[in-house]
Amino acid sequence: MQEHTQLTQKQINDDLLHSVFTVPRWWPGSTLILLLIFIAGACAFGYMINKGIGVTGLNRPAYWGVYIVNFVFWIGISHAGIMVSAILRLTQAEWRRPITRAAEVLTVFSLTSALMAAPLTHVGRQWRVLYWVFPYDFARGIWPNVRSPFVWDPSAVMTYLIASTLFVLICLVPDLAIIRDRSKGLRKKIYSVLCLGWRGTPRQWKLQTVAGILLSALVLPVFASVHSIVSWDFAVQIGPEAWHSTIFAPYFIIGAIHSGVSAVATLMVVMVWAWGYKKYITPDHLDAIGRLLIVVAVTWFFFFFLEWIYALYTLEFGELAMRELQIFSWPYGALFILFLFTAFLIPVPLWLFKKVRRSYLWMFITTILVNIGMWLERFLIIVPGVIRRGELMFNWGTYHPSIIEILMVLATFGWMMFGLLVFSKFFPLIPVFDVKEGMVGRDEIKIGRRTVPASIRE
Amino acid sequence: MNSISNILNQQSVLGLFSTEDSAADALDALSEAGFEPKEYEVLTGTPYPDGTFGEEEPKHKLFRFPLIGAACGFIVGLGLTTATQLAYPVVTGGKPILSIPAMLIIMYEGTMLGAILMTVAGIVFESRLPRLFMGAYSPKITEGLIGVAVTSAPEKMQKAKEVLKKCGAEEITSGQDTSE
Repeated sequence: MQEHTQLTQKQINDDLLHSVFTVPRWWPGSTLILLLIFIAGACAFGYMINKGIGVTGLNRPAYWGVYIVNFVFWIGISHAGIMVSAILRLTQAEWRRPITRAAEVLTVFSLTSALMAAPLTHVGRQWRVLYWVFPYDFARGIWPNVRSPFVWDPSAVMTYLIASTLFVLICLVPDLAIIRDRSKGLRKKIYSVLCLGWRGTPRQWKLQTVAGILLSALVLPVFASVHSIVSWDFAVQIGPEAWHSTIFAPYFIIGAIHSGVSAVATLMVVMVWAWGYKKYITPDHLDAIGRLLIVVAVTWFFFFFLEWIYALYTLEFGELAMRELQIFSWPYGALFILFLFTAFLIPVPLWLFKKVRRSYLWMFITTILVNIGMWLERFLIIVPGVIRRGELMFNWGTYHPSIIEILMVLATFGWMMFGLLVFSKFFPLIPVFDVKEGMVGRDEIKIGRRTVPASIRE
Repeated sequence: MNSISNILNQQSVLGLFSTEDSAADALDALSEAGFEPKEYEVLTGTPYPDGTFGEEEPKHKLFRFPLIGAACGFIVGLGLTTATQLAYPVVTGGKPILSIPAMLIIMYEGTMLGAILMTVAGIVFESRLPRLFMGAYSPKITEGLIGVAVTSAPEKMQKAKEVLKKCGAEEITSGQDTSE
């Protein structure tokens, strides 16, 4: 970190709790629009429940469409929190401090969006979901089939959701105490209960510090398992031959990190623009996450390249049928080119320039491009995978998402952003105590004729 | 019975300091004045390195909690996957009823979920939360001042106040202070 601004604890409280104690002018309108988008999706969902899954564009053989694309996409975004928060926390990277909370909250809301995208919408008969997953139907003696990925999926996603939510809540307790101390009346009572009577003793701080590291270490293996299991939804099924790939689990994980860390970078810029956190999220932070993104993106591209090499090297009919669709058929070929450019060929060369990495606008544009590309990547794995023509296939067709599906996809985006905005109204998006801790351990030191900022830690 | 009534009769006083050094001096002075380490504590609005104020390093047993949780989660995962497959024994492709690779996935998630739930319970328990009575506390602590709280018998309160004042406390309050 090259920039050094020493702030008092009061200044930090004033800046970071401003969104909790006041209502920004843009907040009610934005929240209402997002809520309306979500309600439109909910209405579409109600219509689908009433009329049946025939109102979607799903058919034979396109049994998976944008619901599953969206599910995989949101699971990918959810890897943001853990990648940024847990790994940077474990490695004691100083630049993590202002972005961990937002990344963790992004994880929680994107996981709820993922749950909306698949178990709630895709399965058709939603009222049966619970007894596919939980062993409670004693009367009929029907038990979950643990051999099915559709049981692995909820167990992994629910574990990840519970873990991420508890991670956010535990790290929130000291900040709730600050809000309690600044509040009056009913708000004070509510936050007094929420912060569990936090006082800030050395014991409580010690446990809070250990908790961050310990929970990070525990959530990381779950993080690895979640997207592996999502990839096995594809890899272990009998259908599309092109999905039977041993590389799918690591390929999906690194793709999720690529998309998730990009989403965190986008959110960082939005936090600066919308909440004015310019003092806390500086070009240095964008520079750091930009460098991380280059490494992640190149690793992802390597896996993508390997996946194609293995696919083409075998010259198997099923593989070639899907690859042919992906590249030479309209509209998939055009989408494939768009995907390659947005996910890799435009952002990564741009990130090599320091000016781009340190620019709020450029980082916003490039990271949005990555997520457009990564959504398309999932679309291009799934849809050409299920509609490819195989030997002795008696039906084939194409897939066009219906307006119902499009509304429900938009609803998941609306829900995630709505959740973030509502969260920001009640809780600080930047961990106040973490930023303060960073300030305590910061100073400027003189080396020869230069004075440089330094961070001191145990 | 006597010790319970002693605890119930205890009173607390809080001194607020603006610097780490003056708070550390206050702790030294309290120790020299005959107060036991368990009778005083530092309250801060931000974490400091262990021993910044000369206080004892807090001991905890948090690392036991995830191990216990993991063991419980593993057992539940094993029981759940075994019982559901045996209760609905579908033979697939002539393979054994108990599909171990599939069971491992659920058992793994169960183990991790158990470990995480117990860790969170452990954090709350070891942090001595929830705390129903705040004792001596001031909202100024989260604004940057450092509090030194002394909780002891009523007859020792006057002495504690004198020590805190002598060490440069900017403000001294008794019991809970909720003023701004």
